[in-house]
Amino acid sequence: MRVRQMDTSDSKESAREIVVPGDLLAITGKKAGPGTYSEGGKIYAAQMGIKQVRPDSISVVPLSGQYMPIGGDLVIGKIIDIGPSNWLVDINSPYPAPLHVNEVPWRVEFGETSKFMQIGDIVLLKIAGVDEVKRIGVSMQDHGLRKLTGGMVIEVSPSKVPRVIGKNGSMIQMLKNMTGCRVYVGQNGRIWIDGDLDNIIKAIQAIKMIEDEAHSLGLTEKVKKFLEEGSRKEA
Amino acid sequence: MGGTPTDLKLIDENGLRLDGRRPDEMRPLKIDAGVLKRADGSAYVEWGLNKVMAAVYGPRECHPRHLQNPERALVQCHYNMASFSVDDRKRPGPDRRSHEISKIISEALTHVVFTEYFPRTSIDVYIEVLQANAGTRCAGLTAASVALADAGVPMRDLVASCAAGKVADTIVLDLAKEEDNFGQADMPMGYVPSTGDIVLLQMDGDLTQEEFDKALKMNIEACKKVHELQREALRRRYSQRPEVPEYAAGPEAKGVA
Repeated sequence: MRVRQMDTSDSKESAREIVVPGDLLAITGKKAGPGTYSEGGKIYAAQMGIKQVRPDSISVVPLSGQYMPIGGDLVIGKIIDIGPSNWLVDINSPYPAPLHVNEVPWRVEFGETSKFMQIGDIVLLKIAGVDEVKRIGVSMQDHGLRKLTGGMVIEVSPSKVPRVIGKNGSMIQMLKNMTGCRVYVGQNGRIWIDGDLDNIIKAIQAIKMIEDEAHSLGLTEKVKKFLEEGSRKEA
Repeated sequence: MGGTPTDLKLIDENGLRLDGRRPDEMRPLKIDAGVLKRADGSAYVEWGLNKVMAAVYGPRECHPRHLQNPERALVQCHYNMASFSVDDRKRPGPDRRSHEISKIISEALTHVVFTEYFPRTSIDVYIEVLQANAGTRCAGLTAASVALADAGVPMRDLVASCAAGKVADTIVLDLAKEEDNFGQADMPMGYVPSTGDIVLLQMDGDLTQEEFDKALKMNIEACKKVHELQREALRRRYSQRPEVPEYAAGPEAKGVA
């Protein structure tokens, strides 16, 4: 039900159309993509969002909604419970994610989980897999995955994450360069930021701005202007 | 309230109703989407003198666990009337009537939501009636489906709802309080315009087959109008942005928007 990358090219943006559930999108001939459903050969919108027409398919990019885990997603989680051989991680989705000791980069003896991570710790994880009944497996065994210390975590709507990242990471790269902060964006809508306090605040304001105007045109330019104005004031 | 005032003329000699409406005329309806910040989705409906707020949370983990369905999501609706919503103070808390309305609205919404996409979860819908003037279940269902769409829950279509009934031997649309109290029948309905499905239908009072058919037809037409307003409310949420965005404005500017 979710499209990972929102198309940010300007040519497509002029034809943006907001659709609501039940709107007829196409009579026939195309594949029903994410955010749509087909009935009687016709394709309808299943979610409120922006209609997206591709040569072979038609889909709806949602404007809101819960995070639904997909294998391979990078997420920022919070430890909410500890068992003898696993931690329970809140990944901001309807399903809790158990992190087993075999999936962490350390050797953990049975019953010694709390020596490594405590309730409330923030972790950078990868969704290892999701099965048909939506049982979720997460892993910390990959390059760059770890427990996050310091910094701040903010939450944005998961449907706005592609916009925060931008096309090929353009938005987030600009944000990192102009504020000098270290930033991780989880697909689940959590964003971890570390750096100077002033810069963190600046980055948070910029992210809130992206979230508020996610559907508007020329967003990258707007955010750039906003960040430049801030740095001029400080000087 | 109490007792039927026999001298109350519900329909005058010109065929107009107490509030001046024609028999097939609806009360003015206003819908706003996304009015609550903390909820995943929300809507506010003013339907004549009815004022109803709906909030949606989820899909989220379902508690208590034994209610979880391993194959689909549960749509749980909670209808509640504020104690100040009626003339005499309503004793707060769940009662027979609110249980019933919660149940039928849950069932109506379950019909349109793609529950199979979210196994083991619950989608919670809270309907708060702030001011009541007959037809709150219709206003509640109308608000709830807008709130669900606002929350990004995948669904087949929006459910539109309206009531028709019999007042002074005439079939009328969208009964107001006096008409409901002193009329002969009331028939609320939930309708899915794209498929033509009827997902909610109740009747209080008696109607003949002909009267029923007429009321049903009237309701379907009204539901289509309601549906149009629901779609418009959802689109307006994203096309109309405040002039001064919150992050750029000082605290004094926030009150204006």
